[in-house]
Amino acid sequence: MAKILVKERNVVVPGQELADGMDYLPSEGAFREGEKIFSSKLGLFNLDGRLIKVIPLGGKYIPKKNDTVIGRVTDVSPKIWRIDIGWAFDVVVPLREGSRDFIPNDADLTKYYDIGDLVVAKIINVLSPKIVDASMKLPGCRKLGVGRVIKVESSRVPRIIGKQGSMITLIKDATGCNITVGQNGLIWISGEDSKKERLAEEAIRKIEAEAHSEGLTDKINNFLKESK
Amino acid sequence: MAYTKRFDGRKFDEVREMEAKVGIIKRANGSAMFRTGKTIAIAAVYGPRELFPAFLQDPKKGKLKCLYDLLSFSVTERKRPGPSRRSTEISMVTRDCLEPVLDLTKFAYTGLDVYIYITQADAGTRAAGINAASLALADAGIPMKDLISSIAVGKVSDKIVVDLDKEEEDHKDGATDLPIAMSVRTGKLTLLQMDGNMNQTEIKKALEMGKKACEQIKEVQVKALQAKYGGAGK
Amino acid sequence: MKKYIKAILDKKDRLDGRTFDEFRKPITISNEVSNKAEGSARVKIGDTEVIAGIKVDVGTPYPDSQNRGNLITNVELLPVASSKFLPGPPGPQAVELSRIVDRGIRESGMLDFEKLCIREGELVYNIIVDIYPINDAGNLIDASAFAAVAALKNAVLPKLVDDKVQFGEFTKTKVPLKIIPITCTVYKIGEHLVVDLNKDEEEAIDARLSIAVSESGNVHAMQKGGIVGFSIDEVDKAIGMAKKCVEKLRKQLK
Repeated sequence: MAKILVKERNVVVPGQELADGMDYLPSEGAFREGEKIFSSKLGLFNLDGRLIKVIPLGGKYIPKKNDTVIGRVTDVSPKIWRIDIGWAFDVVVPLREGSRDFIPNDADLTKYYDIGDLVVAKIINVLSPKIVDASMKLPGCRKLGVGRVIKVESSRVPRIIGKQGSMITLIKDATGCNITVGQNGLIWISGEDSKKERLAEEAIRKIEAEAHSEGLTDKINNFLKESK
Repeated sequence: MAYTKRFDGRKFDEVREMEAKVGIIKRANGSAMFRTGKTIAIAAVYGPRELFPAFLQDPKKGKLKCLYDLLSFSVTERKRPGPSRRSTEISMVTRDCLEPVLDLTKFAYTGLDVYIYITQADAGTRAAGINAASLALADAGIPMKDLISSIAVGKVSDKIVVDLDKEEEDHKDGATDLPIAMSVRTGKLTLLQMDGNMNQTEIKKALEMGKKACEQIKEVQVKALQAKYGGAGK
Repeated sequence: MKKYIKAILDKKDRLDGRTFDEFRKPITISNEVSNKAEGSARVKIGDTEVIAGIKVDVGTPYPDSQNRGNLITNVELLPVASSKFLPGPPGPQAVELSRIVDRGIRESGMLDFEKLCIREGELVYNIIVDIYPINDAGNLIDASAFAAVAALKNAVLPKLVDDKVQFGEFTKTKVPLKIIPITCTVYKIGEHLVVDLNKDEEEAIDARLSIAVSESGNVHAMQKGGIVGFSIDEVDKAIGMAKKCVEKLRKQLK
């Protein structure tokens, strides 16, 4: 008889036995040895049907296809931009993915994005950890202006965005700030004054610190109201 | 002269009081402190990150690098800063004992740096360092088949003991140091060294005592990881 | 981010809302880093953390200071503290940091070097100060200097038998100090003078001036860094800021 040994959303550690029996399947953050399934990560236990998953609580961002990320241009060569998104290697935006507008082959690419510019890009291809392509063509992709950039644990990004963007909308509405969240944990905030920006940052830091607790939306709502 | 009572009054199979804390260095991708008695180790993990020089990059998996060292004022006679032959060797055995439980296949071409420093030394520093490093790797979100738990066992005068302190290492009748590390889940030893003189039966007995000690260490490690996120669950 | 930091300073505000002459909180000092050291301290300023330890041994005096003990100050930027620090011999940043801390102790006259002489021309104490940043969240200079001072204040001399240090055996005699100088670095960003920068703010530094201030409020050592200059008025203002900040820091030092 197969059995689950851990409760939903419990904190589990590498090597911890999660389930015994062949009825369940190990997914992300879990592996099978013989009849048993173990965790390979520090994270939260999650059972989805027959799939056993461990949602990581920490660690570096690893690029995934279709992720929207924020990064800094580190190099511009005749046909590509290189962007540092906090991963081990820079991602590459080829000329043809540089803009929704047509870019001629002999264009000066620094006119579009120069070294040091902050940009929002979308990962379109992950061939290996070393070869990751991104695009600036897709909706939302753009160069960012002057603003506050903060770094959060990338594993907390889903909580910061919330269901259908509910959490981040809450913060945007309460502070009146423009906020762009990258899946890689970089967040850009720009508002009419630095106090509002600071409040937005504090709210995001609060979510980051308490991401694994329940009733977070209410807590953040109260926090923003009290701080007004 | 037989060694009948340990200098600090512990039982022969008793580990010194332990303490572990995860996430002590915010700037690092993962970090931890591990204390055994008066020996304190800190460890930080940086990576996966770009590996230099590039010829070391492995297209199949990430490369683990470890650095162990004593801080200059962690010992009675000041240690000159910078690696010594001893610390270089310990760095190497530390890497070799951690690597078997790591799954670095998703981190091809990258490097993973583990830095271990002893801030206060009272014997058993490599074990404390390995325990801290194992926690720091888990904290850094690196996939692992198990934690690694480490302890020094050995012989002081005529007695097999667990977790020697400095006074015991310097016992006038001589002491044998036998540091081990293991994956407690599988029972596999990933570090095994020895300096001194013990017979086969004694070694077997020491390893069995060491295994029990590693089980206790793992409990401390697991609790420390859970504590960072408010305990085992609600 | 550099432009943003300047823009926010122009509005008389900082990233975390501090005033220009305000240190991060909390500031904590503890003295239990290593019981093998003759003195040690752990200093935290906000998220910045530095540990320092004092080791003492004996040696012969330098030919030009036959009746004075020696001081050696060493900062090692451990790779645990930042992804930017790599193992290996000290780079320019570590060397400069060592120099600033060293000046703050040596040139300020903090140590009573003559009392550190055991027999003139033959035997003196060597005081070795080792400083290790643990988490670099900005302003390592002040945290390092503060940790060194806190460790020295707490340090004792080792026991001597036949002119040899009995390692691990401490006396109750404190390392002789004359004054307690505390270093405060005033950073220049654009036209603004600001203290205790955090890691993000450090990106925007144009120049800096480290100032060691004693109990009397006198300045005992200074060192400027960066390629932009200070006007005399700015130096004067910086000293005023440093004195104010040091007074507050001194209260943490029991």
